[in-house]
Amino acid sequence: MRGNAEAHELIAPGSLTAVLNLLATEPGVWTPIAGGTELMVAYAAGRLNATRLVSLWGLSELRVIRATDQHMSIGAGATFTDLRKSAIVSEEFPLLAQAASWIGSIANQTRATVGGNLVNGSPAADSSPALLAYDAGIELISARGSRRVPYSEFHTGYKRTVLAADELLYAIHLPRRFARHRQYLRKVGTRRAMAIAKVALAGTALIESGTIREVRLAAASLAPSPTRLYRTEEILLGRQITKETLRAARAAILAEALPIDDIRSTAAYRRRVAANLLQEFLFQLGGEEFRP
Amino acid sequence: MSTSATTRIVGAPVPRKEGIDKLVGRAQYVDDITREDLWHGATVRSTIPRGIIRSIAFDPRIEWSEFTIVTAADVPGNNHIQLIVADQPCLAEGRVNHCDEPILLLAHPDRHKLLEAADAVHIEYDPLPAILSIEESEKQREIILGEDNSIKSFALEKGDVDSVWARAAHIVEGEYRTGAQEHLYIENNGMIAEWSAEHGITVWGSLQCPYYVHKTLRSVFDLPDDKVRVIQTETGGAFGGKEDYPSTLASHAGLLAMKSGHPIKMIYDRMEDLAATTKRHPSRIRHRTAVDKDGKLLAMEINLAIDGGAYSTLSSTVLSRATLHACGPYVCPNIRVRARAWATNTVPYGAFRGFGAPQAIFAMERHMDEIAAATGLDPVGLRRRNFLHEGDRNATDQLMREPVILDDLLDRALKESDYYGKRVRYAQENPKSAVRRGMGIAAFYHGSGFTGSGELYLNSLAGVHVTPDRKVRVLVSNTEFGQGTNTILTQIAAEALGLDFSDVMMAPADTAQIPNSGPTVASRTSMVVGRLVERASLQLLALLREHAALADHPTRDEFFAACDRYRAAHGAVESLCRYEAPPGIYWDDATYHGEAYGAYAWAIYVAQVAVDTVTYSAEVEDFWAVQEVGRVLHPVLAKGQIEGGVAQGIGYALYEKVVLQNGHMANNQMTNYIIPTAADVPPIHVHFEQIPFRYGGFGAKGIGELPHDGPAPAILNAIRDAAGVAFNAIPLLPEDLFATLAAREPVEEPVAL
Amino acid sequence: MKRLLDVLREDLRLTGTKEGCGEGECGSCSVRMNGELINSCLVPILQAEGASIQTVEGLASHGVLHPLQDAFLQLGGAQCGICTPGMLMAAAQLLENNPHPSMTEIREGLAGNLCRCTGFMRIFESVLAAATQTSEKALEQPHHAR
Repeated sequence: MRGNAEAHELIAPGSLTAVLNLLATEPGVWTPIAGGTELMVAYAAGRLNATRLVSLWGLSELRVIRATDQHMSIGAGATFTDLRKSAIVSEEFPLLAQAASWIGSIANQTRATVGGNLVNGSPAADSSPALLAYDAGIELISARGSRRVPYSEFHTGYKRTVLAADELLYAIHLPRRFARHRQYLRKVGTRRAMAIAKVALAGTALIESGTIREVRLAAASLAPSPTRLYRTEEILLGRQITKETLRAARAAILAEALPIDDIRSTAAYRRRVAANLLQEFLFQLGGEEFRP
Repeated sequence: MSTSATTRIVGAPVPRKEGIDKLVGRAQYVDDITREDLWHGATVRSTIPRGIIRSIAFDPRIEWSEFTIVTAADVPGNNHIQLIVADQPCLAEGRVNHCDEPILLLAHPDRHKLLEAADAVHIEYDPLPAILSIEESEKQREIILGEDNSIKSFALEKGDVDSVWARAAHIVEGEYRTGAQEHLYIENNGMIAEWSAEHGITVWGSLQCPYYVHKTLRSVFDLPDDKVRVIQTETGGAFGGKEDYPSTLASHAGLLAMKSGHPIKMIYDRMEDLAATTKRHPSRIRHRTAVDKDGKLLAMEINLAIDGGAYSTLSSTVLSRATLHACGPYVCPNIRVRARAWATNTVPYGAFRGFGAPQAIFAMERHMDEIAAATGLDPVGLRRRNFLHEGDRNATDQLMREPVILDDLLDRALKESDYYGKRVRYAQENPKSAVRRGMGIAAFYHGSGFTGSGELYLNSLAGVHVTPDRKVRVLVSNTEFGQGTNTILTQIAAEALGLDFSDVMMAPADTAQIPNSGPTVASRTSMVVGRLVERASLQLLALLREHAALADHPTRDEFFAACDRYRAAHGAVESLCRYEAPPGIYWDDATYHGEAYGAYAWAIYVAQVAVDTVTYSAEVEDFWAVQEVGRVLHPVLAKGQIEGGVAQGIGYALYEKVVLQNGHMANNQMTNYIIPTAADVPPIHVHFEQIPFRYGGFGAKGIGELPHDGPAPAILNAIRDAAGVAFNAIPLLPEDLFATLAAREPVEEPVAL
Repeated sequence: MKRLLDVLREDLRLTGTKEGCGEGECGSCSVRMNGELINSCLVPILQAEGASIQTVEGLASHGVLHPLQDAFLQLGGAQCGICTPGMLMAAAQLLENNPHPSMTEIREGLAGNLCRCTGFMRIFESVLAAATQTSEKALEQPHHAR
């Protein structure tokens, strides 16, 4: 344990308004901490630069999951256990429930929040591919008010987001329109539990008469941040699922993916596996022709 | 002979002796213990793999007068850890030979000020060229140890290898590599030390071998026997990782205690433990084998190299065991093994469950499957054709005097795993499936106890003592670290003395209270030490019969009453026994001929593995471990040992990679040193056969290390079966499978799913 | 910013909960907070204010072992014992939510608790055995840490 308890100050103003006022009066001074599953690891490794932290844990305004006819909204403070317990999530956004079950361990799911997962902005973030494939919107809040941004525009680079210094991630809104979509999510890690994704692929697709009417593909660890694969989607849109489509799609994802070598895996592996995952998705969509 | 008698306690699943304390959170591991006036200790370590220390500067922002600072200059005695060759400094003196080598020590009452201070010591080096692999060491362009970088070598020769090649029907060659492996005991290394002029040094810590630590402390502090005291605290896993390293940590804590005048606690955090302490020796093993047309092994030529790291430490004995396990459980009339341990500028490698045998057996058993593939023989039939049996001689010409039932074990393993049925099924299913399955086997033995004359050299002394309040204490220096020492030795004493299990306890693992019955290593506890405890118990009964009128088949009360009578007349009721070698043993250290080990455990392991062609990952779906281990002293503990060893072997094969960058472990966190979780381990089916060994405790042979020998080759053989491609290096990660398998496929083309 | 783990071990001298990694990877620091399993090395003490915490010291009741502890003792669920407190907490959490878990559910429930000694088989067997024994009465009242 290399963190110095004396060197860090943690306060809990106790309400969302109070936190937002704090961030407004002293922007860039206070680092929000929710479940701590990221920041406390850095702390123990002696690498937590933030000396002043403000706790978001227990803010009931943030820890909600609610729905209207059109949208489901997940508060940024919802934990992954909350997601797994939510009936709407399991029924209408199964990829998100799946992703939640793949976060670390049960103990980490109890504390890790969706907001923290997104704001941390790791390219390997477990909930990101599913949220991108579901066309999620992000709501940001500050003392100045709130604003919405498509989740696909939230990340601007490696661990960089559009969050302003006085803003918090408030909620994630998902359109309730994927009931007829085919859905796919697969995470490839170093083991079956407690693994950071080497690569993950999420996909939602609407197939009508064998034609791909809609498709969203999103990946972890193929870019500096979680990413939609727009060019590969373009190749697939409006096409039948044939061997030629698959070849073109494979070529597209291999070109679009920009993974790196790091301590966990290699770029070459990640790219090839991404192409294989895409093929697996298309095969599930009815690519019977791909059988040898 | 006690081995064939019916027993009440030995062989029964009695509750673990210290079980309740562990289950209710009362067990005291070293970090659970505190002291008045305790200071904390920290280590400042080298950041380069090799070089001269040019200067050490202390940043003025720290109030250094509050700290105790210790360097090599403060060592009162010998600045070396006492192992086989005492070349490893306790603290670096003027030069460093590996990253993370300890240079100086700091102590302070505040742990956080201590960490700040450690960061504020600025060391300048003149770097020297570092040798970071076996290949670089072999080139001998840079000499980093001795005259030639060679820590030790062995040559084992039998028959006339060179005469065979010309007439052999087949000659098969192969090269096999194993990587380093980290023990990852869940409790990190830790030590508490106290010093006083009156008592000398006392240490409490997480350790396997109190007398190893004692020996080093005597030398480092230049103190007599009775001024050094070593006490083992409850130890949270060891696997060999706490065999020699604690001697270094104890010396460090002791030096700080002596200089500061305060009790010192040093507990490594995970990052430090991973980076700075011992790991399994990496190996490169080359086989060249001559086989006749029917698959009979005619000749084996083996070139075996292990990476010892920067200092000798235990490499010569690891090399020895590797050499003696290199040829497998097979008959082969012509053998040449050339084995060498090479020095590199990395953290010294050390003991880890198996101790050279997992490396050697990986190579041998992978190679057997390559021989099968090259000759068109079935891997099962090939092995059967060459198994040792009673009456045969092994690689060192040791006569197999005890029954060897490899055929029966193999039959059982094949049946339990449905080996043949599955191979037929997989051959049909694999071409149409994204997941390819395969079956693999490994056949092996593991020698129990120290090699050759090692047990005689250890000259172990163990015994039993009866207290006035009617408790029997087992007097051994062998320690519990999960494997069940406390339970099996008290079982043996209780059984031999005719008492209840609850009558017998272990004497505290404290060098002030126990004789030296040798280290807790080499799978010797149940066989060698168990036998000593058994003999000492029987000897005690004889003593009481002779001097205290003990009846022939006494009740518990009669036994304790006789003890009381004895104590009143003669003093302490105690019986000690020294090791005696089984008769007729001879071993020649120079030629590596003779009885290498007193006894062997024998095993056949089978792995069922699935290779996913989408992700290139291999997973073990099911696993069978069938072994003959002599008498099973405790069915639950024994099963637990096999299952735990298999899980570690699975990690060794498929998950655990030590990533070194310039000789420093870059993945020194649990998040990126990967071991299998509860979600990853397959069902592990364990079956024991028992042929009691007359010179082992109640017939027991060693069991602790055997299970780590078999999984890796069985798994890689199964992958060969599944994928049709030979992989000869572990750890075998998906990225490695990908590199070979995917190279054969055009990237754009759809893969067959 | 002390961690819940530090407060438990140092201030309250409840040393049953262990520190194996400080990264939330090994689970040896697992305790139950407000009835949910968490890794106490990752919780700043301020966030545990007002919480009810159960540690391994609170599993047994008046000297009577919890069915899980009893099963671990009979079936070899603990070897070196260092992962055991966290493992028991995770298993207790599992059985409270799911009194008759399948093997898959047991594996998932314990996947956050690393054990290096057992290979998990004896632990699985212990949890299955305890599952058939568990009753409301056996589940212990939380040990309040304030």
